[in-house]
Amino acid sequence: MKAGTIIRVIAFALLVAFLVQPYWFEPFFALFANDGAPAIYNQGDLLTLTLLHLQIVFAATVAAMIVAVGLAILVTRPSGSEFLPLSRSLVNIGQTFPPVAVLALAVPAVGFGAKPTLIALFLYGLLPIFENALTGLTTLPKPVVEASRGMGMTSLQRLRKVELPLAAPVILAGIRLSVTIGLATATIGSTVAAKTLGEVIIAGLNSNNLAFVVQGGLVVAVLAVLIYDLLSALERMIARRMGRGEPA
Amino acid sequence: MADTVADGAPQRRLSWPLQFDKLGVVIAVLTGFALVAPFATMRANRIVAGEAMGVVASLPVWAAAMLLASVLATTIIAILRTPTALRFPAGIATLAVLAILIGVAGEHLTPDDNNYARVSPAYGFWLLLFAFALLTTDAMARLKLGPLARIGMLGLTALAVGLLLVSGQWDSLSIMKEYSSRAETFSSELIRHLLLAFGSLAAAVLVGLPLGIAAHRIARVRAPVLNVLNIIQTIPSIALFGILIAPLAWIAANVPGAAAIGIRGIGAAPAFVALFLYSLLPVVANTVVGLAGVPRQANDAARGMGMTDRQRLAKVEFPLAFPVILTGIRIVLVQNIGMATIAALIGGGGLGVFVFQGIGQTAMDLVLLGALPTVAMAFAAAVVLDAIIEMTERRGRTS
Repeated sequence: MKAGTIIRVIAFALLVAFLVQPYWFEPFFALFANDGAPAIYNQGDLLTLTLLHLQIVFAATVAAMIVAVGLAILVTRPSGSEFLPLSRSLVNIGQTFPPVAVLALAVPAVGFGAKPTLIALFLYGLLPIFENALTGLTTLPKPVVEASRGMGMTSLQRLRKVELPLAAPVILAGIRLSVTIGLATATIGSTVAAKTLGEVIIAGLNSNNLAFVVQGGLVVAVLAVLIYDLLSALERMIARRMGRGEPA
Repeated sequence: MADTVADGAPQRRLSWPLQFDKLGVVIAVLTGFALVAPFATMRANRIVAGEAMGVVASLPVWAAAMLLASVLATTIIAILRTPTALRFPAGIATLAVLAILIGVAGEHLTPDDNNYARVSPAYGFWLLLFAFALLTTDAMARLKLGPLARIGMLGLTALAVGLLLVSGQWDSLSIMKEYSSRAETFSSELIRHLLLAFGSLAAAVLVGLPLGIAAHRIARVRAPVLNVLNIIQTIPSIALFGILIAPLAWIAANVPGAAAIGIRGIGAAPAFVALFLYSLLPVVANTVVGLAGVPRQANDAARGMGMTDRQRLAKVEFPLAFPVILTGIRIVLVQNIGMATIAALIGGGGLGVFVFQGIGQTAMDLVLLGALPTVAMAFAAAVVLDAIIEMTERRGRTS
């Protein structure tokens, strides 16, 4: 566990160093570049692209989280239970849509740039969060819910103080999955001219410069692993707190 | 009182004579929007901006009347609390009417002897399609069709779409014009797409199953294997496709015979390897989970019967773990069909060729020509495999 933490700290330090001072790493990436080709991406600032990449993923995930958790709450209430079977099927069908198709089909509606990417990431983010929120809210321990009813809590109080906190770790696992998918999918957004790290990779593919492909890919992969681990740690923390808070 | 948390639906009260269906209200709102929105777009040629036309302007009088009548009737059926046995056929019938009439709109709007004019469905059409697909999906979910019935429904749908394609009903639509000018490329790219998706799946199963069995039996192997495969998943697909160009180019140049069997730095080979690498994690992880879920008693009984390790694997562990392994295969297949579109970026072919060409030329019907078959194939793969998984689970429970 300790060794794992050290590796993560080093990975993070290397990532920050590379984004701030990419030319320090020129000798390494020069290994992948053809003779004479630039080894470090020179058509834009890597740090800016990384921040834009994170920004798109963050915005899409927050929107997806609000909508997905809201929908999951809606279909698990008595008044919305009519929509439960349909919402399950829609989630299943939605997952079969390939990201490239969603991106490309969003272009005629909203034009090129960040917008189609945001839409694709939002739709992709919705599914895992919704599925997990649904699981979390429908598999609550019965005694706890009964007890909260017995205590005379209103349904809103039950939702806020019992159901959502108990479902939180499962919901967070969905958010983690959605962020990981989003980080990778945002790179594809550059095929429709979104400013993300995909730009670096595509520039490399177009000019046959492997150094660009490797650095773009590495930055996204390291980001994804670090964020994944961070969210897993957060999830464990919340789960532990929930465990302690439980009377049993 | 209430026995489960989610199942607190109130008893239907009959204080109000007409009960509205909530989904029906949603469908009615969607339909309302759709009917005032443009139904089809007509353009002078394939890339200029088009003129949007409403339902009445897009269709001959008889067709517009037919469309409005069926849409209205089905919306009323949806909005009232009608039995599922009525909602399902009504939804299907309206979808069929929409599918046929969009072709009629194409013919109606295309001037005679004009090969440049393009007619495409506009968002009113897509909205109507979505609304009645919702109704049909909801009805199907409520009917709780068995696995064979679901595959049957899929087959019938494919047959209907095939008939519409063959009959030429859609030939006047822009997407079919894009098709007809590249019919040969289309079929070769389609085959390439399927080869990439299914071939990499087959390779992943051949390698992933033994790897998963090894990871299950040898605890020391498990964590490293799963960790490496997890990290591969975090590499964005376009980067992995690109990174593989270098080692494959090296192999092609330095391993005798490699180039002869089609291994090259650019093209299908790196795409195939990338899809294969992405496919390994779900196959290996699900094999491990499936084998770990085999009840201890079953294994003990098999040992007590004097089965060898190999017999136990073949006759006890594997059959019991099979549904879980199949779930991994379903994930991989659906994912590969979608991801194979990215192969086009590195010259690997597949339906992504049309998608990226279309994006480049801002010709959206060309994008659709690549995207719609991809979505349809991924969807069909999900339906078929879900049904198979359900059948194997049932067999596992009854035997």
